[in-house]
This record gives sequence, structure tokens and C-alpha cells, in this order.
Amino acid sequence: MNYEIIVVGGGHAGCEAALASARKGHNTLLVTGNIENIADMPCNPSIGGSAKGIVVREIDALGGEMGINADKGLIQIKMLNSGKGPAVQALRAQADKVTYPKEMLKTLKNTKNLEIKEGMVEDLIIEDNKVKGIILEDETKITSEIVILTTGTYLKADIMVGDTRRREGPHGEKPSNHLSDNLKKYGLKIIRLKTGTPQRIDKNSIDFSKTKEELGDNVHRTFSFDRKASYDIEKQVPCHLVYTTEETHKIIRENLNKSSMYGGLDDITGVGPRYCPSIEDKIVRFADKERHQLFLEPESLYYDDIYIQGFSTSMPYDVQEKMVHSIKGLENAKILKYAYAIEYDAIYPTQMKLSLENKIIENLFTAGQINGTSGYEEAAGQGLIAGINASLKLEGKEPLILKRNEAYIGVLIDDLVTKGIRDPYRLLTSRAEYRLLLRSDNADLRLREYGHQVGLIEEERYNNYLNKIKQIEEVKEILNNNKITPTEEVNSYLEKNQSSILKDGITLYNLLKRTEINMENVKYFIELEYDEEILNQVEIDIKYEGYIKKAVQDAEKMVKLENKKIPKDIDYSIIPNIASEAKQKLQEVNPESLGQALRISGVNPSDISILSVYLKRNYKNESK
Amino acid sequence: MDDTIAAISTSSGVGAISIIRVSGEESINIVNKIFKGKDLNKVNSHTINYGHIKENEKIIDEVLVSVMKEPNTFTKENVVEINCHGGIATTKKILELLLLNGCRLAEPGEFTKRAFINGRIDLLEAEAVMDIINSKTEKALTLAINQLSGNISNLINNLKQKELKILSNIEVNIDYPEYEDIEVLTNEKILPSLKELEEEIKKIIKNSEEGKLIKEGINTAIIGRPNVGKSSLLNLLLEEEKAIVTDIEGTTRDVVEGKIVLGGIVLNILDTAGIRKTDNKVEEIGVQKSIELIEKSDLILFVLNNNKKLTEEEINIIEKIKDKNYITIINKCDLENKLDIEKLNLKNIIYMSTLTKEGINELKEKITEIYNLEEIENKDMTYLNNARSIALLKESLTSIESAIENINNDFPIDMVEIDIKESCLKLSEILGENYNENLLNELFGNFCLGK
Repeated sequence: MNYEIIVVGGGHAGCEAALASARKGHNTLLVTGNIENIADMPCNPSIGGSAKGIVVREIDALGGEMGINADKGLIQIKMLNSGKGPAVQALRAQADKVTYPKEMLKTLKNTKNLEIKEGMVEDLIIEDNKVKGIILEDETKITSEIVILTTGTYLKADIMVGDTRRREGPHGEKPSNHLSDNLKKYGLKIIRLKTGTPQRIDKNSIDFSKTKEELGDNVHRTFSFDRKASYDIEKQVPCHLVYTTEETHKIIRENLNKSSMYGGLDDITGVGPRYCPSIEDKIVRFADKERHQLFLEPESLYYDDIYIQGFSTSMPYDVQEKMVHSIKGLENAKILKYAYAIEYDAIYPTQMKLSLENKIIENLFTAGQINGTSGYEEAAGQGLIAGINASLKLEGKEPLILKRNEAYIGVLIDDLVTKGIRDPYRLLTSRAEYRLLLRSDNADLRLREYGHQVGLIEEERYNNYLNKIKQIEEVKEILNNNKITPTEEVNSYLEKNQSSILKDGITLYNLLKRTEINMENVKYFIELEYDEEILNQVEIDIKYEGYIKKAVQDAEKMVKLENKKIPKDIDYSIIPNIASEAKQKLQEVNPESLGQALRISGVNPSDISILSVYLKRNYKNESK
Repeated sequence: MDDTIAAISTSSGVGAISIIRVSGEESINIVNKIFKGKDLNKVNSHTINYGHIKENEKIIDEVLVSVMKEPNTFTKENVVEINCHGGIATTKKILELLLLNGCRLAEPGEFTKRAFINGRIDLLEAEAVMDIINSKTEKALTLAINQLSGNISNLINNLKQKELKILSNIEVNIDYPEYEDIEVLTNEKILPSLKELEEEIKKIIKNSEEGKLIKEGINTAIIGRPNVGKSSLLNLLLEEEKAIVTDIEGTTRDVVEGKIVLGGIVLNILDTAGIRKTDNKVEEIGVQKSIELIEKSDLILFVLNNNKKLTEEEINIIEKIKDKNYITIINKCDLENKLDIEKLNLKNIIYMSTLTKEGINELKEKITEIYNLEEIENKDMTYLNNARSIALLKESLTSIESAIENINNDFPIDMVEIDIKESCLKLSEILGENYNENLLNELFGNFCLGK
């Protein structure tokens, strides 16, 4: 058996990687431990969220599947931060845990050039630091040009509850016991990470009268740029808000030593995510906080499990029972699945290039939790890029590297490769320095061109995009060419809308710049037969023109540094006057450009100026 | 790898002792080669050792040698300091011997640069050390030492922390929009904090600019028609207060005629071309020349002749200086009064006679008063004292002002945040720190979030 690309793992990263490479015409094999678990959502039942929702839009713009698939099975959706500015708005949907995987599997099965096989990968075929295929548990060898590892939490996974530790993955699935050791043998640095998931309780055992309802938006929303929403707004299922109580905190404090993470197990080395602490962590670290918010989220329309967001723990079962019942509304709740913590192996991500190809083993790509991230969306974004770049490599083309001013996916990969990680990495809007440019509304304007170039956006979708650009320009031109003058009618309308009256004529373009004036007001003066999406885009562009311009200028400065390439064979140890910590970090990350070098923590601007001078002096001919 | 550097670190001139500093891996070895006394390779770190410097076997000077081993030294490298008996020739001879034995002559500021690069001091401290090296008066030295001790770092850091707190709260609101327990910052809520920050930054900038005056001196021009006694005034001032230097390039890039220390503050007397020649030659100083001078000056000493009537030209000058700091000096009060200034609205009038030296003390008091010198003298001297930091702080202020303006224009908070971020970024830049890490730590350190 010979394939061009083998994808190991059928989670969110694996699905995107496999689809991208198969759709690009490459003979692809997806190997997974259990076909039933393809595109599984082992933790929270939602897709999107702050920053993450924008990633889903980016995936869609590039021709990935997550957005389309989420739209097919959502049971509630809302635009987060809708009261704030456009740069921080993001979609989050409660996705149905039955529908989402089912639809994804259907798509995979219907994709040409893609085969799916069950099996546990325990080793790679490596020749001269080049990957040549995979070796399964039963020692079957399958060869390929390229291997993409998207193993999630399955490398030497340990599930931990109280004082017990079991070698298994989520849902009691079999983990891969040897793959990470073998990777270590081939020279990769392996780290151990930890994460956790809360209890699931029976919907019918909750007293919802004691909770606060959280509804979805009352307008249609979709992740995908190409789909019209088909769900019934009225039929969205609500989430519910509850709080921990004094009693909950008391139970946790009294049983702290029974928690795996707090002494129940003394051999834990994995580092847990800072942004997603267990409830034990929250109580210990924020001792004076009287209560913590918890969200009750429905997992599916097809079964009764309710996910308790915010309550992740590694307490023993009996303590978990007490904890859950101490919450108002959950006094009689029936726990269907207990919470657990999971420890797993990951690859230290500075060993990758920005293309997601491994620096040590050629033709090996990695994506998702194996790279130290957490979250379905972060995984899918990397999976897509790994699939694209693996294909481009086969085609002898340059990899697709998204810059920090182009996509959250770019920020994510650059952070991983440049800064490494200490705990599982989650995207946050605060990680993006150009977030005004990286909006949910303009993901297609930023990325569709790339999606088309790499061949994942076919002509029809591409033409829709070109048409959108054309219409945006049209509207702007109309607004620029039409003036209103200080007539009585105009001024009385403005006054009515708390806007200062005119003394001279003003273009509608400039009128829209006024903070108190929106597109609806402009429409009073001129007929605009365009989609809401187009008008919204124009409004953002005009209203925030000053800020956007500034962000673009800042980004240009960054790109300039990004374009100053550093030769691959540079030896940092011989450069005089660079601080030794910086030398070590530079050697480790081996940045591709001065821009990337500057972002490495522990490297100071003074080191970069020294490096810059050194490069100029010693690599004169290559710097162009 | 890194070479060993050496330089004379006391100022050139005839002092009681001179110090030659050597830094780098080989510094102890190299000094040992020319030292007669204990084996410096075997002495303890941070000891002072008596002995002689020799060339071959010939004794050059009797010296005390301080040996400080890495990493607890100023540069974090091996450092040796040779205290010798001064005298330019001897000191230079010793330096020459060091260079012959493997040292390289240090570039100006290179010790500090090494300390900075080796992580011994932060950027602000590095700049403060440069200021100590360059400080001209005792007061400027105090200023520099204050900065070194981290006072200014603390001050800037405080501002930064305040901004980070606002920022991280806004970020939490954005990244965790559904957490009701966390205060939702609105434009109205952050406006008072921003105004407070604006005031604080303004205050530091004002103090810093005064600090700059202390360090660089007050550019002072003596202006007036020919023969009103400008040069006599200059000479009188120079006589009274010993001039430090003459005819050197000042920091203002103007030629400085002389420097006077007054209450610890330097007055840079700017060259008013022709002042000295006025004794012999009647030379009209055109209004144009005066205007140029006025623009360059922090302080103007405008001299009038008590014995002459006011001229058109002088009325023009008064018009030009009315918005600047100036002192009106009515000279030649020992002669008959022919000057009528009653109709003019002149400030800070001092009656004096350069001949009898009458009024000179009043003049000095007036200068002290205008510049609040006494206040400055007693103030704690925590302000930025280099142009780079002040410029960055001003940029930081501009961003805060823009944030306030945009709040008033009802921009969404995440837009306003862009300005606050910019401001915070500039403060981090003053401190030479990485901004992004700061924010994330603040975020996760202070808020309880997550699934």
C-alpha cells in the first residue's frame, strides 16, 4: 500500500488535514483508532467563541470544513461581544455532539482520493531523517511520501480521577503507547501536558427554575460565508447559568488532598492550561471569591447529557457527587459521566517550521494538541494548514504561511513555533496585535484569495467573493459621490438623530464617519440595494478608517522585519555581544526572519540590532 | 569570544588618583602580567590588593588593584580596577601596558553597554549610568543616581501597571464575555482612570523637562542694543561665578560662550556674536539676530541703558520676548536716569550697575525664583532625564489623550483600548520590557476564568 499523504488521527485537525490534501488531489489515508470517534467533541459541546469563532471563519475562507460542518448541526448560536466593536465580535455555537461528527464523517466518506482505516499507529518508518510511512500496532507498514500526525491527547494518555490513574484516552479509548517514545528516539523533545473535563449530568434531574436562561441570538447566523442559515431561530436550545456555593467551596477545600492534581496522585508532571483551570485551582488561587459561574450546556438534541462548563475537576467520584449537589438547581442532579483530568504527551512546538513541517524529520507534519494547543478550532486551523502545506510540498511549491496581520491562524502558529509553550495554548484576542484587521466579518476578504490559490476554493465560491469586493467598492464610491447640503429637511433629520447640523455640504461617506450616524441613517438620504453583509463591511471600513489605517501601517513595519530573512545555517554562538540567554533561544527556535526573532521571549531589541548588524556585515550577498 | 576591554575611567586632568578599569574574561590574567605583588589569580574576589605596576622589571607606579570576579560585578564579567597615583603620563603608560598585553581600548560607554547586554541593568539604568558619566554638576549627578536606583523605573512601572490593569480587564471582558462576575469596563468607567493617568504622565514630563534643565543647563541669552553693558554683565557673571568651561560645543548644538553655576543649576550663556567686540566697535545687532537668539533661549537677560532713551529697536525686542522667560536689566543705574519704561509692561525688572556690581545678587535671586531652583533643589528627583525616554513618554501621553478623545466620541471600548495599549507599549519600551507577556500574566494572574 502506498499513499501520498497519511493523516494519523481523526479529530478536528485530522479531518481538516485529510480533506485538504484529498481535495487537492492527493491520494490520502486517514488512520484513526476508532471510526466512531471521528470529529468527536470530547469536551465542551461548542464551536467558536472569542477569537476561536474567528478561526472558524478563517478556516471557511481558506476552504476548510469546520464552519460548514458546524452550521449543519448547531442547536444555538450567538455573536459574542455584539455590544462592542467589530474587531472583537466572534460567533459561538452550541454544536450537536451527534450531528457534528456524523456530518463530518459523511463528508470524509464522500471525498475523492480519501480512504479511512482503523488502526493504532505506534511507530514511523524513518530513513535518513525522512519519514516514509507508518507502522501500526500489529506491525503492518503503510508507506507514504508525507505523514501528518494529529494524535490529539492520545499519546500515552492517562485518565486521572482522585487517586487512580488509567492508561486510556477519552471515552476509555486505547491510547498510543509507543509513538511518543519513538518520536523521542528520533530526536524530538517530548513534553507532558494535562487538561480536564467536567461532569455530564442528566437534563431531567435539573431544577431549571433555579437557574438563569441564556438564549441564542434572534437573528440568523452562520460560520460559513457561503451558506444561508436553515435553522429555526425559535427552536434554539438555551444554556443555563448557575453558581458554586459556599458549601461547594467547603467540600472542595476539605477534600483537596484527594484531587489527583492536589496530592491524590504524586507523579503528575503534566502542565495544565492557565486559561482553563480546574475548579480546585480556582478555589485555591482565588480563595476570597465567594462564587464561581458555571454554565449548563446541552450536548445534543438526541440525548440528555448536560455539560457543566467551569466545573472541571479530578476529585474522586464520591466527592464529585457532593460537589454537584451543593449547587442550586443541581441538588438532585444525576451524574451521567464523571469529570476527569487527562495527561498526554506532546511535541515541543519550536521543533516545527512555520509550515508545520518538523525541523528534524523531513516530510513529517504535526497539527493540533500534539503541538501543545487546546481547543477544537485551534486544532482544525492547524490541520488545514498542515494539509495544505503537505500538499504544496508534494507539488514542489512554497508553503502557505499566514502572517500575524493576516489571520489568527497565523498568530497561533507563529506563537507556537516562536515562543514555545508552557501550558496548553489557547487563542485569545489579546494574543493578536493587529486584531482590528483580523475580524470575523472580513475573514473572507483576508484569506479567500489564498484559498483559491491553493485550490480549495473553487470558481463559484471565488466569484462570489470577487463580486463581494466589487460591491463594497461600489457602495463606497456611491457614498463618496453623493453630497447632502444644509437644507432644512436634512438638518432637521440630523437634529432628530442627535447629530450636529450642517453648515456646508458633506459627502455621505464623511457623514457616516460621525459616531452617532449609522448605515440606516445614511439610507435615509440614498437608496442602497445591497446585502446587509456588504453595507456592514462598508460601514466598518469607513467608521474605523483612522484606526484601521494605523493598524495597517504598524503591520507594514512588522512585515518589513519579517522579510529580513535569516540564513538557516547561521551559528549564533559566534556572534559577539548577544546575551547568552538570547543566543540559546535563537539557536533553539532558529527563526526564519528578524521579525520572528524579535518575538522570541528572552531576546531583547538590543540583541536584534546586534544580529541585524552582524547579518548585514556577513551575509551581504544573501540578504536580498 | 568577548574580548577584554580597558579604559581610564576617571576624568582626564590632574586628580589625586586615577582609576583604570578592565573588564572581560581575561582581565585578571592580563593585569596579573604587569602587577608586582600577590598573584591576582589566587586572591579572593572583591579584594583590594597593594602592589606595583611594572614594565618588564621597571616599576611604573605604586597602585591598589581591586579584583572582582564574575558574575557579581558591574558588567557581570571579571573586572579589575587599578587605582594609580594620577598624572596623565603615568595613567596613560599603565593603559598602554594593558593594551600591549591583550586588552582592547574600550569605546565610550562600552562598560555600561556590556552591563546592559549581560543583563546586569535595564535600559533605564544603563542610560542613567551614561548620565553619571556625562553629568556636569552635583545636582545632575543626584538626578542620575536617582534614576539608577530604579526610582524612575518604579514610577514608570506604576503607570504601566495601572494601564495593564485596565487593559487586562477589558481583555477579559472581550475573551470571556459571559462572565458576569467580572466587572464590565465601560467607557464611562475608565474615563476617570485615564484622566488620572494623563495627569500623572504630564507631571512626569514636566518634571523631566525641569530635570533636563538641571542636567543640560538653562540656555541664556543676553540681549540688548550696543553699549548697554551686555559684555560687562557677562564678564561680571563669569567673574562672580567661576566659569566652568568656555567655548565648547553645548548639547544644544549652539556655541556656548560660558557656563555659570547658579544654585546648582548651569546657565549656558549663548554666544551673542559681537558682545565682546562692543567695547571697541559700534556694531548694530539687528533685530533678526536677536530673534534667532530669542528662539534658542530658555531665559533672556534683556539689558537696557538707564542713561539713554528707549529706541524703536528695543520696543521691537520687547514685543518678541513677551511670551518667554525674561529678566529686564536696567543697567548703568549709577548714571542719570533718562530711560522711561513706565508705559511698557515689562516683567522681572532688576536695577543694576555692572560698574558698581550693584544689583547682581538681585539678579541671581530672580533667576532662582523663576526656575523654582529652591523647589527643584528640595524635590525628590525622580524623573526621566534622557531625550529618548521623554520622547517615548510623550508618545504615551498622546495615546492616552487620543483614548480620552475617542471615549468622548463614543467609540466602542475595544477601539479605545487600542490607544491605551499603544500607551502601555511605549511605557514598556521605556523600561525595555516585553509588553505582551506582561498582559497575559496580568490576565491570568488576576482573573478567575475558564471552562
